Amino acid sequence: MIGVMLALLILPLAAGIVSFWVPARAAAGITVASGIACFGLVLTLIPHLAHGTVSYLSYLRADAVSGVFMLATGFLYAAVAVYAVGYLHGRTDVYVRRFYLGFNVFAWAMLAAPLMGSLALLWIAIEVTTVVSALLVAIEDTDGAAEASWKYVLIASAGLGLALLATIFAYYAGAQVLGVHSDLAIGPLLHAGPRLASTPVRLAFLLAVLGYGTKVGLFPVHTWLPDAHSEAPTPVSALLSGALLATSFYAILRFYQVAAAALGSGFPRDTLLAFGIASLLLASLYVFGQRDVKRFLAYSSVEHMGILAIGVSFGAPIALAGVMLHVMAHAAAKGNAFMGAGVFTIKYRTKQMAAMRGGLVLLPWSGPLFLLSIFALSAFPPSGIFRSEFQIVAGGLTSGNYAAAAALIVLVTVAFFGLATSATSMLLTPPPEQEKSGTGQAPEAGIHGDGAGGARAATLTVDAPAQAQVQAPGEPSAWMVIPVLAGVAVLLLLGVHPPSELTDLITRAAAQLRGAP
Amino acid sequence: MSSPGVYDGAANVIAALMLLLEFGMLRQALVRDQVRLYAAQSALISVLAIVIAADRNLPDLYALAALSGTLKVVVVPLLLRRLLRSPSGDETPGVAGSYTMSPASAVLAAIGLAAFGFFSFGSLGIHSPQAPATALAIAGAMVFVAFGLMIVRRDVASQAIGFFSLENAISLASLVVAAGLPLLLETAFLFDLLLAVVVFAMLIRAHRARSESLSTADLTKLRG
Repeated sequence: MIGVMLALLILPLAAGIVSFWVPARAAAGITVASGIACFGLVLTLIPHLAHGTVSYLSYLRADAVSGVFMLATGFLYAAVAVYAVGYLHGRTDVYVRRFYLGFNVFAWAMLAAPLMGSLALLWIAIEVTTVVSALLVAIEDTDGAAEASWKYVLIASAGLGLALLATIFAYYAGAQVLGVHSDLAIGPLLHAGPRLASTPVRLAFLLAVLGYGTKVGLFPVHTWLPDAHSEAPTPVSALLSGALLATSFYAILRFYQVAAAALGSGFPRDTLLAFGIASLLLASLYVFGQRDVKRFLAYSSVEHMGILAIGVSFGAPIALAGVMLHVMAHAAAKGNAFMGAGVFTIKYRTKQMAAMRGGLVLLPWSGPLFLLSIFALSAFPPSGIFRSEFQIVAGGLTSGNYAAAAALIVLVTVAFFGLATSATSMLLTPPPEQEKSGTGQAPEAGIHGDGAGGARAATLTVDAPAQAQVQAPGEPSAWMVIPVLAGVAVLLLLGVHPPSELTDLITRAAAQLRGAP
Repeated sequence: MSSPGVYDGAANVIAALMLLLEFGMLRQALVRDQVRLYAAQSALISVLAIVIAADRNLPDLYALAALSGTLKVVVVPLLLRRLLRSPSGDETPGVAGSYTMSPASAVLAAIGLAAFGFFSFGSLGIHSPQAPATALAIAGAMVFVAFGLMIVRRDVASQAIGFFSLENAISLASLVVAAGLPLLLETAFLFDLLLAVVVFAMLIRAHRARSESLSTADLTKLRG
């Protein structure tokens, strides 16, 4: 299994480097192959991680918790790599090669983070995700992208500064028990948990929640998130939302494990509950009134990160299992939703939802699939998110957190109305009548550039043939439909009948979050 | 209460000088001077690492001091100055008007933040055999002032310098409570910083090329 772990650490990085030096078409092929291969490698790890921990020296370590997050990232890497083939059609060779370099390195850092054996290496991996993704957000070279990337890199880096401080205090706590040359390895820290001094561990956990929480998008340090998600090329938005936020949450979970071992679970659970409820409240209200489809989905991401935090705060085994399932289901659903939104922005040449009408008619595949994704995000049965949220609420009730469970139900319902209202108006409102002659304006100005959408939609004045193309039913590219179909299949699988290996993995991960070795 | 020994006194003086330089960065009107102060602050970190290495017999810290000095005193400032140079070759873009409040108010606010950071970190009761607890409290003050610098200055250069000085504050805290952290990890942290510096510098350059200024006042299009 060490070989598989090493392959996961080499393959995406090598794919990124090679992609930069070969023609665009070859770069696309290499990236798709790397994405699918990495997902396959993660799948081979799962049966082992469901029953034990794999480690190499103190540098590499994978357990069931790592496995859950690698599975989410691995799937999304593969799916979005396929999607990007269609999305980047028509872009310049230089742009495509730069994109694939950043895209693969970004995926590499996210796959590496759960494999890191120490809190210090974990911090480094997360920091690499920040610097690489900030460049990807800026890649469109528009005013909006420049603003979003600057806010992102500044706020996220400041947050990671706090996370580094958390790491240092964790070292201080560990060094008093394990010796000054301890290297922040996760295993020994967890083992030494009950003997760790409480003040530095408490401080480390708080700083970790605030620091890594910046990258997770927890309130009040979420402010970069809607900007970056809306201005990044759509494949990057999908990875940011479905994988990066979860990977950062993984870092919080590692500190949670250490804090729970040292302090008992009361303090860390209360802290996560406060951040979770505040994030869910903010997101469920902000989902209403969003005009930009990608900002709208970004706030939904804040909502789901809040749900994860609340789920962990419940502490019950079923809630923790729900959290683990939610990580995977959210990756599939949010990846799907962003990929669908990317198709819409290309089709309608705008990101403004008010201008997107008749999606079910004009996008015969992507329209219904986008609707399914929104329903999945709203926790409709039989999606995996329905199952995971049901488990989280059940965990809240069984652990006696009635008020928090009730708040969760109410706020998720509020968010559902926001999601459903906007999505159904995009999809079910009849498309506008085609203009009969002359030139027409694009439905709505307000594009800041959006990948291929940017290339195809940058011209706000649309001539008659282009207008007709907007209003003619059809998909921009089959490459942009296939991965969404795969995502729907995954959501159904997670919701209806998760494979036994996956159930074992989730059960073990939940047990590990409760202190099992 | 006993007075601190020479070692503790030296460590505290170096930490206090670092905090003073942080205030200097907050007040500077020229990017060139901010970068110089940052380099001086980074040099003090290396000096402190050498002092701790010598007094506490931690030879790894000599290597760390050399590496940190090379990167943060030489490479990063050179890189920043090179990338901040305007297309016309002007090396000293001014950022005097980038305050969100008056300079006097900004300094007063920073003093308040420093006091808050100092006393909150000082009250933690965290003691280390490597360095005095007062230095940790000063590191706490520097963290808050660095955040203040990023908030009160509305230009990309000052905000970036604020982040880099935040990293210096964390390095100071690290020397106090984590001086024994393995060299390999410390080195990885430093190269990670270098990566961040490169990305910051690229984004600053792109911003400057786009808006022909360092100001972030016009970065207000994305709201809601």
